[in-house]
Amino acid sequence: MVMETESKFHVLAVDDSLFDRKMIERLLQKSSCQVTTVDSGSKALEFLGLRVDDNNPNALSTSPQIHQEVEINLIITDYCMPGMTGYDLLKKVKESAALRSIPVVIMSSENVPARISRCLEEGAEEFFLKPVKLADLTKLKPHMMKTKLKNESEKPVAIEEIVVSKPEIEKEEASSVIEILPLHQELEPMLSSNKRKAMEEVISTDRSRPKYNDITTSV
Amino acid sequence: MNTTVVAQLQRQFQDYIVSLYQQGFLDNQFSELRKLQDEGTPDFVAEVVSLFFDDCSKLINTMSASLERPDNVDFKQVDSGVHQLKGSSSSVGAQRVKNVCISFKECCHVQNREGCLRCLQQVDYEYKMLKTKLQDLFNLEQQILQAGGTIPQVDIN
Repeated sequence: MVMETESKFHVLAVDDSLFDRKMIERLLQKSSCQVTTVDSGSKALEFLGLRVDDNNPNALSTSPQIHQEVEINLIITDYCMPGMTGYDLLKKVKESAALRSIPVVIMSSENVPARISRCLEEGAEEFFLKPVKLADLTKLKPHMMKTKLKNESEKPVAIEEIVVSKPEIEKEEASSVIEILPLHQELEPMLSSNKRKAMEEVISTDRSRPKYNDITTSV
Repeated sequence: MNTTVVAQLQRQFQDYIVSLYQQGFLDNQFSELRKLQDEGTPDFVAEVVSLFFDDCSKLINTMSASLERPDNVDFKQVDSGVHQLKGSSSSVGAQRVKNVCISFKECCHVQNREGCLRCLQQVDYEYKMLKTKLQDLFNLEQQILQAGGTIPQVDIN
């Protein structure tokens, strides 16, 4: 839509393989995206402005100044990486109030249905099988557009996303689905960008617990 | 520009690349790779392919070392190497190399050292063969460009 360089979508690509980084970088550039590549999940989090405390890995602090300088419209990450996997990175992003609105896409060379559904349930927008093709990247635009819209307006886009993705969750998750919906229904009338951030923090802690319990046992 | 020479070279290029697809050296992913190359990045395919061959050489060496002693084979290491090779050969469109990797993975899973050694030898042979073929292809491209022509778009169906 917008042709100026400054308005190009900026994608953060994460992959431990130099070869794969070169490939995804070119694919994204060819799709008119600005690209930053990093070779690990921890470097990705650093770039996004999250500091991970080594003594307490569950504590994440945000450096708001760093995050605001670099606006990332999408994170695309490999699944299999040493140390922090793509799934771990996805979780960390979705757990962070500052970052959870950034769409995350997972790539993998292996077609493992359990892996794919686990990632989608955790909030990944898409799961691409490698080798990723140019045609696959056309699926990214709608997700990246949502972040632009969210930043600019007060529309409850986030809520619609969460509700729509429910059907993908398997039967065992049914009880947690019922718990989640009422919270979001209460949220809708209250929506303004300031209040929403505070509410999202509440929701992310509430909704994470039942989900994680169910997911870990089924994998 | 000598149009006859250019036309001849272009024809040669076309026939050669089609034969590489027909003989199974390359698959559709190679054409996907070519799509990513443009006037701004005229060396992309050559660079990626070169990276791939470097990877092949390195990985074959480490896997060879892991397979060396019959009593102490690190199959996990070998499997990791094959996994990487399978991934990059798949991304580049190196079909024969990828197919050997599939068998290679099987041998790792059942911890068949002899099988692994055979696959290793085959992977080595296949990547070197492909390297030669692609070098010939890139040389043809250079000749076309030097003669003032353009590289033909080749559609593989």
